[in-house]
Amino acid sequence: MPALVIDAAGPGITLQDGGRHGYLRYGITAAGPMDPLMHAAANRAASNALDATAVEISTGGVTVSAQDGAVGLALLAPGFRVALDGVLLPDTVALTLEPGQTLVVRAGDAGAWGYLAVAGRLDVAPVLGSAATHTRSGLGGLDGRGLAAGDRLPVAEGRTPDGPPQRLVAPWLIRDGREIRVVLGPQDDYFAPDQIAAFLAGPWTVSPRGDRMACFVDGTPLKHAKGHDIVSDGVAMGAIQIPGNGLPIILMADRQSTGGYPKIATVIGPDLGRLAQVRGGARLSFRRVSVAEAVAARRAERDLLREAIPREPVVRTDFASDFLLGLNLVGGVTDGRA
Amino acid sequence: MSAALDEPRLLDAGEAALVVEFGSTVDPAISDRVLALDDALGADPPEGLRERVPTYRSLMLHYDPLVLDRGTLAERVRTLAAGATARAASPTLWTLPCCYDAAHGEDVAQVAEQSGLSPETVVSSHAATTFRVYMYGFAPGFAYLGGLPKPLAVPRRASPRPPHPRNAIMIGGGLAAVATVPMPTGWYVIGATPARLYAPERDPSFFVGAGDLIRFEPVDAAAFDALTAREAAGEPVARRGEAR
Repeated sequence: MPALVIDAAGPGITLQDGGRHGYLRYGITAAGPMDPLMHAAANRAASNALDATAVEISTGGVTVSAQDGAVGLALLAPGFRVALDGVLLPDTVALTLEPGQTLVVRAGDAGAWGYLAVAGRLDVAPVLGSAATHTRSGLGGLDGRGLAAGDRLPVAEGRTPDGPPQRLVAPWLIRDGREIRVVLGPQDDYFAPDQIAAFLAGPWTVSPRGDRMACFVDGTPLKHAKGHDIVSDGVAMGAIQIPGNGLPIILMADRQSTGGYPKIATVIGPDLGRLAQVRGGARLSFRRVSVAEAVAARRAERDLLREAIPREPVVRTDFASDFLLGLNLVGGVTDGRA
Repeated sequence: MSAALDEPRLLDAGEAALVVEFGSTVDPAISDRVLALDDALGADPPEGLRERVPTYRSLMLHYDPLVLDRGTLAERVRTLAAGATARAASPTLWTLPCCYDAAHGEDVAQVAEQSGLSPETVVSSHAATTFRVYMYGFAPGFAYLGGLPKPLAVPRRASPRPPHPRNAIMIGGGLAAVATVPMPTGWYVIGATPARLYAPERDPSFFVGAGDLIRFEPVDAAAFDALTAREAAGEPVARRGEAR
């Protein structure tokens, strides 16, 4: 069976499917993609089920090759730098990786998460019905850990279309992260109206110490009206909790299932990925929307994923910069297949 | 009593989760209402309801708003909450073996110091208590237990201790816990059980539900090791019903 082989991986590269659902009531985190829209779109581009297992790429970057046969791939990593055997490719691209070729994905000017889907099925044993990796509890993926050099991911039912790499045209994946939409609550009544206004207006600066569990922001601390301890209740992805220091923490894919800080607001589903893609140092504010508006945005996003993602020829090829080649992860410039 | 029968508050946690809040405190009567609604929704779940997460005082419902409209879910919840005020079935009592010896009960001496009780009294009063499982949270198979005797209600640590061992029995902040997966913790480890509340490869992966009762049966280190081997071989060592 052909396999996708990890030749090098920075920290934070994991396998993610649509998430491990149905066990939150037992304390099992759903995990799943940080940017659900981009994950689903990569699977759409690879003609897979939208919640299929794909490689989530962090700014740590990854280098992959194919073994025992070619592997069809769809990569969506806007803002990242991508090279096939030393030749730059678009950051949204479909290609067939032949044995002996090397695909390098590195952090670029923008973007925090990219997704690499195989055309076919990554043959990974599910745990509690899902391959999603939750490293904190050691569940899913490969032995519950991030991917590392030497890992081999067998590809079942693989499809390997002939022809050169093609650009995937999905401009809607480039989303403005300066304004994040939220629904107030569930504990907005723990804050006075002027504090809610201050929360929405910000501006907040995204801290570089965020990870799959939480996004931290810095700014003027908020004041609680009724203390900062509540009796623990459930936590949704995107919940914005305000701990004792008054600085918002937005809980992301690897969050715990319950928590004991008041949650002033919740990021709407369609803006989770928009927020996840914001890198440390950027500024943002929040905008209040109604549940109905959030559902409409969700519906619009679902409709985007109904259509096939258009492809176009890669019109121009450049050799990879010193930055990419200098990492010594590419074997050198070869035939310039693209 | 009337306060506990007020209509629950329905709080949105985004457009895909609804919190049904019955109160703001840790209280068995509130927990009963949470679990009664949980049972009622579980018996006949509306299409699009994805997960139900019972906590001390609320039930969080994760739903797909493109399948299940918020208004429809809210109406269903209000109707069921008015009708389901007590659980239909009586709770299951589980007896879990527990070794309190110093090798497993790493922090018994610290609890004794903090509470002013002797180490023996810390252990005997814990082992004499019937606990109620209020909820899971924090980590896989981390069960929050209510019913801790007041003299054992030491505050949680100011800063976390190193990761607790597997299947730790802990107390802190007036509550008790069974903690399956090692994690740094602000709680005190007073023992360990050979029983695994959570085993991903087992079917079912979980057997103790919110609302169930738990008693701990003291065993010595040799019995603990023997029971751990039996559990590893696939023979459950937690028992339904009272201690022998």
